[in-house]
Amino acid sequence: MKRQIPLVLVLIFGLFMVIQYFIPHESSEWIYEYLLDWITIIGVFALVLGIWSLFKVNYDKISQRKPDRGYSLVLLISLFATMFFGFFAKVDGSWGLHFSTADGLQSYMYRHAYEYIIRPIQSTIFSLLAFFIASAAYRAFRARNVLASLLLAAALIVMLRFNPYLGPLGDYISEAANWLLNVPNLAAKRAIVIGIGLGMVATALKVILGIERSYMGKG
Amino acid sequence: MTIFEKMMAIDRRWVFLLLAVVVVGTYAISFQIPIRINSEVRTIYEFVDKLKPGEIVYLGIDYDPSNQAELHPMAYAVMEHCFRKNLRIIFCTLSQYGPGMVDAAIKDITDSLKLDKTYNGIDYKGRELVNGIDYVFLGYKPYYALQILAMGQNFRLPFPIDYYGQPLDSRPMMQGVVNYKQVAVVIDLSGGNITDAWISYGQGRFNFPLALGTTGVMAADYYPYLNSGQVLGLMGGLLGAAQYEKLADNPGPAVDGMRIQVFAHLVIIAFIVLGNIGYFTAKRRRAKEGK
Repeated sequence: MKRQIPLVLVLIFGLFMVIQYFIPHESSEWIYEYLLDWITIIGVFALVLGIWSLFKVNYDKISQRKPDRGYSLVLLISLFATMFFGFFAKVDGSWGLHFSTADGLQSYMYRHAYEYIIRPIQSTIFSLLAFFIASAAYRAFRARNVLASLLLAAALIVMLRFNPYLGPLGDYISEAANWLLNVPNLAAKRAIVIGIGLGMVATALKVILGIERSYMGKG
Repeated sequence: MTIFEKMMAIDRRWVFLLLAVVVVGTYAISFQIPIRINSEVRTIYEFVDKLKPGEIVYLGIDYDPSNQAELHPMAYAVMEHCFRKNLRIIFCTLSQYGPGMVDAAIKDITDSLKLDKTYNGIDYKGRELVNGIDYVFLGYKPYYALQILAMGQNFRLPFPIDYYGQPLDSRPMMQGVVNYKQVAVVIDLSGGNITDAWISYGQGRFNFPLALGTTGVMAADYYPYLNSGQVLGLMGGLLGAAQYEKLADNPGPAVDGMRIQVFAHLVIIAFIVLGNIGYFTAKRRRAKEGK
């Protein structure tokens, strides 16, 4: 029963979700909306489980005094501080519960943690990519064979396509870049997208029909 | 080691240093560079420009601060264009770090809209943007695919209250606005998989006009959807934002940033050329010496 019930549920709901897509009737829409609510509720449970798992893994590292426990400590402090300031805020000189209210969202600590910690950290890390890309491009783009030469030529054309200092040559490069993006790139991407789509249909069918059972924890 | 071998093996710290000098230098010295417009961006601009006052644009700010440099100028350009045309905007973010950026952007544009300005020869009087009348900000909810599907049924399903804690039904702008059917166009600015979800679960199911703004590296992935007509236009990276700013006659951070990007690209190209000259010359010398 432990295996049959999940398999039957997946079969029923999987088939329903496929069929309802083609039935624009009120009752079909109602069940669909009802199921969407269920997915959100299940998703919230997953979120709670995720937070618990994150807490447990890092708490264990600290309690077992593992070498990199300092990072775990920073993570847990940040997690609970952000949650605290997300729920509680100081408004008109007194602390109170302001979850999902205009006052709560304007909380000094909550906003400043975002403005002055998260934003600069994320922007900085992403900006560093420019330097690594420059170094990687210098090392990797060598015309060692025909395929590497084609890749190199395509990269140069796309990078130069909007360069305003190339004079009349710029128009040709721009046209060549458009051709590259709209013909070979498009053909390859379309093939990949269609391949992925067919793969997804095949996997979904395997799950619905009970052939693929790894989601139950066993293969 | 010969000079050609040295050209092939420049220490990466020199690459970093030169790139940093060029980026800082072009940032510090202000000058304009001409921007070429491509059809992918022009179609978005023209679509928005032809909308009638009062029509609703859904603007998805679905990116994190890591993509801010590329996508934030796009958001500002589109927002200012829409508000100057007296369009109304539904803001939403399906990215966890999005709410703070949307809130700040709304405040900036509200300040900008108070000023009289002229774009493309048309004078626009300054006005006060009113929350709930000119725009609503739905806020953030996790599980983007679900939220896209749910908004297709009713915006109130995932967002019964807006970001500021007000019931959606109490917002004058949302009277009679149920789902995407009342929205003239969905413009999604994203630096990740949310773009795919908008195509598959949004446009594919509800068939609304969809325009995309993506990071530069992602742009090439979405040409098949552009070609098939599923996506009406595509803004790729800072260049896409600069093109929109240019079309809207409202040069801002994107046009300003393009000179940095162009010269940074030239540095990268120079290093690639240098490496290849070294590679071919060393190869020829080795062949001559019979090695």
